[in-house]
Amino acid sequence: MQPVSSVGIVAPQTAYFDAPLTLKSGVVLPHYDLVYETYGALNAARSNAILVCHALSGNHHVAGKYAEDDKNPGWWDNMVGPGKPIDTDRFFVIGLNNLGGCHGSTGPASIDPATGQPFGSRFPLVTVEDWVESQARLADRLGIAQFAAIMGGSLGGMQALHWSIHYPARVRHCLVIASAPKLTAQNIAFNDVARQAILTDPEFHGGDFYARNTRPRRGLRLARMLGHITYLSDDVMGTKFGRVLRSGVFNYGYDVEFEIESYLRYQGDKFAEHFDANTYLLMTKALDYFDPTHHHAQPSLAAALAPATADFLVLSFTSDWRFAPERSREIVKALLDNARRVSYAEITSGHGHDAFLMPDAHYHAVMRAYMERVST
Amino acid sequence: MTRHDFQTIAHWIKPAARVLDLGCGDGALLRYLQDERQITGYGVELTDANILASVKNGVNVIQSDLETGLSVFESGSFDCVILSQTLQAMRHTEPILREMLRVGREGIVTFPNFGYWKNRLQVLRGHMPVSDDIPYQWYDTPNVHLCTMHDFEALCAQLGIRIRERVVMTAGRQVSYLQNLTGSLAVYRFESAAG
Repeated sequence: MQPVSSVGIVAPQTAYFDAPLTLKSGVVLPHYDLVYETYGALNAARSNAILVCHALSGNHHVAGKYAEDDKNPGWWDNMVGPGKPIDTDRFFVIGLNNLGGCHGSTGPASIDPATGQPFGSRFPLVTVEDWVESQARLADRLGIAQFAAIMGGSLGGMQALHWSIHYPARVRHCLVIASAPKLTAQNIAFNDVARQAILTDPEFHGGDFYARNTRPRRGLRLARMLGHITYLSDDVMGTKFGRVLRSGVFNYGYDVEFEIESYLRYQGDKFAEHFDANTYLLMTKALDYFDPTHHHAQPSLAAALAPATADFLVLSFTSDWRFAPERSREIVKALLDNARRVSYAEITSGHGHDAFLMPDAHYHAVMRAYMERVST
Repeated sequence: MTRHDFQTIAHWIKPAARVLDLGCGDGALLRYLQDERQITGYGVELTDANILASVKNGVNVIQSDLETGLSVFESGSFDCVILSQTLQAMRHTEPILREMLRVGREGIVTFPNFGYWKNRLQVLRGHMPVSDDIPYQWYDTPNVHLCTMHDFEALCAQLGIRIRERVVMTAGRQVSYLQNLTGSLAVYRFESAAG
């Protein structure tokens, strides 16, 4: 085994696209930027590229740091790097910020050249299908006709799945992690409560809060707090926080008393400071809309996945109730019905949905073992 | 499992067949069948260690509990379903045999023959048998349904299962006389009697 280390200091790049992109909603985006990072080197045959698709609040900064003293490495730094399960000594890894994001790619906070003002409420809703289309254009730009693998967790897994259906010839391996073929009513319900928190915040101003020099912090904070609850398991919350009181005694008031309250408020505040409310709304809608069976006469997942030719690795986590193992098994079943090459592992973890970001030894061993069979 | 068992099973499997290996362990048999018979298919395993080993072996493996059935697999989707050295460790013996012939045209089962004379001798001496094919102490064994070849064949008759072929081995060599007495490991190939 090679020594495990970091990809080191990285820097994002920006690709500008001036070919109009017709979105699934019918709206046309005349031009846009995509911000991305790459790790490792593209080989001469251009056959060792991996695309990492991000989840709800993720971005292009998958691995590495921006400075030596950067305390926050990329969101999947434990998975991607030299000698890591996604080995950048073998693979050329691409992470990008999806359209509508708030980390540099064109999104609601970007300036609309037509008005000179931020898009705000005028930014169109984008879908998983739109993201895949824009990712394919980035792949064209980078000269990648076919990816060795496309992967993602949660909403990222949905993008990987759509790639396998829509561009089967461009995906050799598809890794769908802690994901689902479509959201359940319960999942959509959680998303809508989060959206309502933002939409009803007086500082939201219908999405055009930028010009007013404010942001809907309270709404975004509530949305994130709710999200956080659903990403963790009851067990991990119990173990981590239990009923521990910050001051040790009841204060008979509404200030922070329990450690879990402190944790959630801290996470909510942190998120509300740096994330864009319109992006959050749009990402949750993309989740809600995704359904590969939507335009099929017979809405069976097996029929929807019939065009896929990639080899698949599907992973789920036992305590993930937001994207439960049963949902991953639906994907597996549909792939089995199509006689596709697929492996499925249900990783034992107490970390809930967040487990896909955690450095669990068995999870990483399975990823490593699978990636070792992915040819470059 | 030894190379001999692999060869016996491979002999019964057509080239490029679709194979399901239930309780595939580290995936070695599937790997062997992929290399020797160019089969396609899947292994089913429960334990994390075997899932990892199977992925390392380059076979498709699905983490699932056989006791809950094979509902993830459609009827008639395999040429052959293998249950190797696993039947004796299953609680739901009849359901898994039925499921094998629902999802596959043919089944192959291997199990340690409790009727093997060395096993009988140990029982006669007053102890539960411990041998190469039953390598566990009674208090620490996954085996809950050990049987003799006669027992297995009687169950097949009862379930409408027709035995097509039978190979019996001891220490990797085939035995042909008084098999229920001289054989340590039984390997059966069967199909539904209803056709």
